[in-house]
Amino acid sequence: MKSRVDGVTTGVRATARIVARDDGRGGTSLPVLAGEGPLALRRTRATGDEARVMLVGAMSGPLGGDHLTVEADVGGGALLHVGSAAATLALPGQAKGEARYDVRLEVAAGGELRWLPEQLISARGSELYVSSRIDLARGARLVYREEQVLGRAGEEPGRLTSRLTVRLAGRPLLDQETACGPGAPGGWDGPAVLAGHRALGQLLVVRPEFTEFPAGARMLGERAALTPLAGPAVLVTAVAPDALRLRRVLDEALAAVL
Amino acid sequence: MSRAALLVLADGRFPAGGHAHSGGAEAAVRAGRITGAASLEDFCRGRLHTTGLVSASLAAAAALGADPVTLDAAADARTPSSALRAVARRLGRQLMRAARATWPSGELDSLAREFPKGAHQPVVLGLVARAAGLGAQDAAYCAAYESVSGPATAVVRLLSLDPFDASAVLARLAPELDLVADRAGEAARRVPSDGIEALPAVSAPLLEITAEDHATWPVRLFAS
Repeated sequence: MKSRVDGVTTGVRATARIVARDDGRGGTSLPVLAGEGPLALRRTRATGDEARVMLVGAMSGPLGGDHLTVEADVGGGALLHVGSAAATLALPGQAKGEARYDVRLEVAAGGELRWLPEQLISARGSELYVSSRIDLARGARLVYREEQVLGRAGEEPGRLTSRLTVRLAGRPLLDQETACGPGAPGGWDGPAVLAGHRALGQLLVVRPEFTEFPAGARMLGERAALTPLAGPAVLVTAVAPDALRLRRVLDEALAAVL
Repeated sequence: MSRAALLVLADGRFPAGGHAHSGGAEAAVRAGRITGAASLEDFCRGRLHTTGLVSASLAAAAALGADPVTLDAAADARTPSSALRAVARRLGRQLMRAARATWPSGELDSLAREFPKGAHQPVVLGLVARAAGLGAQDAAYCAAYESVSGPATAVVRLLSLDPFDASAVLARLAPELDLVADRAGEAARRVPSDGIEALPAVSAPLLEITAEDHATWPVRLFAS
């Protein structure tokens, strides 16, 4: 929570943690569902054998100086779906320095995680570093979406750096970083990287069946491509003029892949 | 060995097959995103700070003696586009063939045995630099420079851009090349203590997306 050391505002530190386990009756139990500060968690109506959790932002953030962490641990036979009630808005804060948002996800063999939160919006003047690490056991299943929107409507973006590192059975499966906004290395908005697009997103699907039946690469319109990774997974990479059109492409891809 | 080996390795006429690739510039020209020297510079700058930095770091780490199999897996994870992975391996194989004839080395022989279809080009490049007696920084420079010289040369052909203008673009990028080569060398030196994730993973979404489309064009001037 917000603390003040020697008169200096240091920002919020908070961790939310979800543990999902096979309940032994064909469903998924949540032995740990612990929010903190601005990270509140709600269990919502589930369908079938899945447990569904909604991440509810109890205040807007992250603000400069904040350090937020969300962790999920999915055991074998468990199926966890995580969404969020609203977009996450990175804003400048009173505290000095950038904000940090860490996502730490673990899925055991035979477990499945569907991580489908709303967009992350980088507001003018904000500075945020997002680090997402996903560790999958061989035989784990994952659907993971992330969307970044650079600025609210008509607004200049803040500085946003986001690294997604996915490991499967301890080996790297996907490692991608994007760095956008004022102060990012040159050319980030140029013809090789974003070319003026203000929304970018990735949809990652990991599934053991892809080992035997690999997916082929294909375009999804002009601004998105589906490609098989060097492992049992496909990745959709998309850019779009705005959040709405980005979501449309990723939704179509999700429907096609699932 | 002499520093001049760097000139031999970085020379566009070194027979490693790079001239057949535009580094995504052909797709960007077709989409109207590169129309002249200014947009070429912006394209090259973006490529330099993303795939250029990643390639330079992999090459520097390989030149320092990091395990090439681990580096190759790291390159796979940093190259989501299957079309670009295929290109990277083809270029790696071609570089391997030229380098084994130029700077024979046991390390190159064993990498060629490990990856008969080719390892990722930057990994091969790093080992070639070692075989040529060059250092990690040299390997990083070579990879970083290739990341921009390929598109610049290609755009001369694609747009009939004045070659003087293309060279001026590369010259203007020189200070940033220094920066990228330094960052790559620093990251590579952290691998022994911090592991492979110390290497940058910066990506260029449009290069990844358009590479998949470009690979399906029935008629094209460049292989990628």
